[in-house]
Amino acid sequence: MTLNQTLKQAPALRGTAVLGLLLLLALFGVPTPARPADSAPSPGQVRISNFTFDPPSLTVPVGATVTWVNQDDEPHTVTSQTGAFGSQALDTDESFSFHFTAPGTYVYRCGIHPHMTGTIVVR
Amino acid sequence: MSEDKNTQGTNRREFMKCMAWAGTGLIWTLSGGVLSSRALAGLQFAPNAPKAGAGGKSAGGFRFVQISDTHIGFEKDPNKDPVATLQESIARIRALDPAPDFLIHTGDLTHAQKAGGFDTVAQLLGNVASGGTFYVPGEHDVFGDGGKEYLARFGKGTLGGGWRSFDHQGVHFIGLVNVLDFKSGGQGLLGQEQLEWLEDDVRNLSSSAPVVVYTHIPLWAVYPEWGWTTGDAQQALTYLKRFGSVTVLNGHIHQVLQKVEGNVTFHTAMSTAFPQPGPGQGPGPGPLKVPTEEVRRFLGVRSVSYAAGHQPLAIVDSTLA
Repeated sequence: MTLNQTLKQAPALRGTAVLGLLLLLALFGVPTPARPADSAPSPGQVRISNFTFDPPSLTVPVGATVTWVNQDDEPHTVTSQTGAFGSQALDTDESFSFHFTAPGTYVYRCGIHPHMTGTIVVR
Repeated sequence: MSEDKNTQGTNRREFMKCMAWAGTGLIWTLSGGVLSSRALAGLQFAPNAPKAGAGGKSAGGFRFVQISDTHIGFEKDPNKDPVATLQESIARIRALDPAPDFLIHTGDLTHAQKAGGFDTVAQLLGNVASGGTFYVPGEHDVFGDGGKEYLARFGKGTLGGGWRSFDHQGVHFIGLVNVLDFKSGGQGLLGQEQLEWLEDDVRNLSSSAPVVVYTHIPLWAVYPEWGWTTGDAQQALTYLKRFGSVTVLNGHIHQVLQKVEGNVTFHTAMSTAFPQPGPGQGPGPGPLKVPTEEVRRFLGVRSVSYAAGHQPLAIVDSTLA
């Protein structure tokens, strides 16, 4: 959902957007609010759900911190292929963060379900 | 489903005897490369070890048990207490007559290396069979530290990353480790060092020797999209294809599946903790959320009997309920 990202990136627009949203709600009724588990990951965040890393590839600037949050009812890990970073097993709702200080392409997988792979590109 | 073809390892009368116990469990009987599945009462989960036939060699033979995916530390639906279901499995094993000579555990002793998991498994399985328990690790046992703790606890007598071979009453057993490195797509990998060891290990073995291979991830392509295969298994199988009888036992996918390829038969095993979905059914290979009161119908252990002079092994899978 790029709306959230747009709102965060452009605070000046936020008021207008919220007003517009309220108007839409008033006109068309209240939609079921998205559960947090269903919302898109915020910038710098990778959501782990349904045995996938979402987004599978994330590009961040040098110095960014990336946070992975496990929303599955099953433990996962974030394990760098080169050993650059690695989490313990993350249970439901647990998270892991890593601060990327060097540019590069970082491939990682879940150590428990190694068919789950993802990439962080640091520029 | 053709018991008539059961002519080698288990004769027809013995098969009918086990048929008489038909109940809620599930039995697979292997003979001459043909599997039959039948319901079987939970408690009595194997016919007696097949006897050597008339004119056969001495009536030697033995039984061992495969146990898999105990996942100690798992505490969600559909089974919040895998220690209890492991204990129930052990009670079934202890009730076997004749008793198994040893146990083989095909990995995922623990669930995500939860603290204390290895202790529980070692304590519970330590004295179930006189010959002890032979282990190979699953990915849940090694992802955190590359297998350091596992090897320190269970690696005695093994080589490299935990592989080994041993002989028992004329049968050659090979325990392979395919969870320490992964091919792209998450497929299990044996690795060059282990493959070279394997080639060397069987080099001087007579082609008539029965071979049992045990490992965690399937050595055949059950469902590569979920990593349910081993990337370099074909290389290993080329070293084994000259043998008249090769039985491959694995865990990892928490359900009974089988395949026959020439003289090689592949058998995946049930877990004692929780079932998993069929290949590709659902988003991923997580626990199958069956109703808690029904979970024991999906959990169990496997008894394998060997009779000297009869190449095929009799394999019987039995559920806890």
